[in-house]
Amino acid sequence: MSSPLLLQVGSLARRSVVRTLRQPVNVVPSFLFPLILLAVNVGGLGAAERLPGFPTDSYLDFALAFTFMQGALFATTSAGTDLARDIQTGFLDRLALTPMRNAALLAGQLAGIVVLALVQATLYLTVGILAGVRPESGLPGLFVVVLLAVLIALAFGAVGAFLALRTGSGEAVQAMFPLLFVFLFLSSMNLPRNLIEIDWFRTVATINPVSYLIEGIRSLIVTGWDAQALALGFGIALGLGLLALTAASLALRGRIARA
Amino acid sequence: MRDEHGIQAEGLVREFKGGIRAVDGIALQVAPGEIYGFLGPNGAGKSTTVHMLTTLLPPTAGSARVAGFDVVREGARVRAAIGAALQEAALDPLLTGREHLRLQTALHGMTKAERRPRTEALLERVGLTQAADRKVRTYSGGMKRRLDLALALVHEPSILFLDEPTTGLDPQSRNGLWAEVARLASDEGVTVFLTTQYLEEADVLADRVGIIDRGHIVAEGRPAALKAEIGRPSVEAVPCSAGDRAAVAEVLRRFGRPVPGSPKGVTVRLDGGEEALADVVRALEAEGLHLDHLQLHAPTLDDVFLAKTGRSLEGAGDEAEAEPQPVSA
Repeated sequence: MSSPLLLQVGSLARRSVVRTLRQPVNVVPSFLFPLILLAVNVGGLGAAERLPGFPTDSYLDFALAFTFMQGALFATTSAGTDLARDIQTGFLDRLALTPMRNAALLAGQLAGIVVLALVQATLYLTVGILAGVRPESGLPGLFVVVLLAVLIALAFGAVGAFLALRTGSGEAVQAMFPLLFVFLFLSSMNLPRNLIEIDWFRTVATINPVSYLIEGIRSLIVTGWDAQALALGFGIALGLGLLALTAASLALRGRIARA
Repeated sequence: MRDEHGIQAEGLVREFKGGIRAVDGIALQVAPGEIYGFLGPNGAGKSTTVHMLTTLLPPTAGSARVAGFDVVREGARVRAAIGAALQEAALDPLLTGREHLRLQTALHGMTKAERRPRTEALLERVGLTQAADRKVRTYSGGMKRRLDLALALVHEPSILFLDEPTTGLDPQSRNGLWAEVARLASDEGVTVFLTTQYLEEADVLADRVGIIDRGHIVAEGRPAALKAEIGRPSVEAVPCSAGDRAAVAEVLRRFGRPVPGSPKGVTVRLDGGEEALADVVRALEAEGLHLDHLQLHAPTLDDVFLAKTGRSLEGAGDEAEAEPQPVSA
């Protein structure tokens, strides 16, 4: 008799959260590195705020959105390597021998990402506000920032889960990290797209979906309530999440080849 | 839970990428309540067989029924009836023993009221109550194996699969695990399918043994009956001087066929049985050869393996390639 799906999801989510909390060495860098990079960027690129057409007079306000994306990338590798370890150690086989449903495994695994993303987003916002950021969308906008940041982390986490299930190797998941980082750098993370002067870079940043994820969060901090930016941000995060979840589900079905 | 159906497999085949047949037409029957030892070297196909019988790996050909259910068509019902402790103690080093059991009981759909007493009972049974709240990464190999066994027993399975359960354990932990497995079969009627590469384990624990080599079962039966088939004992002579080894070997060859033994000595299977031992001693004395050690060995399961495959079980795994891993879709 199958156990209720919710109990399975809850139990696997609890494990995922416990694992996350018990690995401070893996988790702390995901808090610190984005903030360090933020400080470096603001120090080095702060003069950009004086460019004509720059959307704000504070480069810190502009750059803060990037920290959420970098945090989400950490979530990708964290979710992926955890799942890959389960495959390599045979823990996934143990789970496969229970009446666990595949959906419960993915949902439970991603629950750890949600907790991590919530803590990350709260920290980044707190540090930003302490450093002088005043989000144009006000207090309600902060909640939407956190919501979008969690959704992006979930989508990226699903990508990590897919990579782990497809390759079964933590090393392979980690090897993807630099590639995903390139997507970040080839986006509008450092400058608004209309101010990027190099044509090919502007074109790449325009077709790069990561630009719209960053711009969705940024709009709440810099612009206020921008329906188009939010629709694109949430739409792309949802679309990527659904696509990655579908791919991960198919990979899981192949990985757990139980009869 | 008492098993009533056991395990039946017919023509079971598992082929991997590149046409490698890890399991090549295995047929076996395990009676309810029996401890069946599946003995073979590394890479012989033991784990692949277990993965097929536990529904983790679909067979390429053939069929198998476990607890009365078809492993391909009725996978969920098979899984509900079996418990399995697979080759690697698949545990999460960051979770405690109690958390492992809590997760396993929840995934098996036990109610909250059932979970706590079942967890405590299993911890008590495998002697991990004191260590229940320690993270598994602090456990010894024996403790991990005991937790592994407890996890396999969470839903009171009628059939238990143990894939090399004592590999790497110290003798005390190994004996404790053997006692628990024997008790499960005798007191609770659980059918046990146990893979091992240890002769002693199969000999001591199993009611019947299947010997597998290169994907084929080469011998099957009660350990005593299998050894009786071989019949003749072997004698091992270790000369006082290493320089006499060739001379000792020449003398012993008059009494039987050489078989693998210790590197310092010479071992032959005695054509004339143990009665020939006195003649061996006299012949060695007549040649003026002095021995450090002379021992008569009763036939072992290794002798059975040797007789059936022409190779010794110990070291046979070195020749075989590691068992291939399933190809992910």
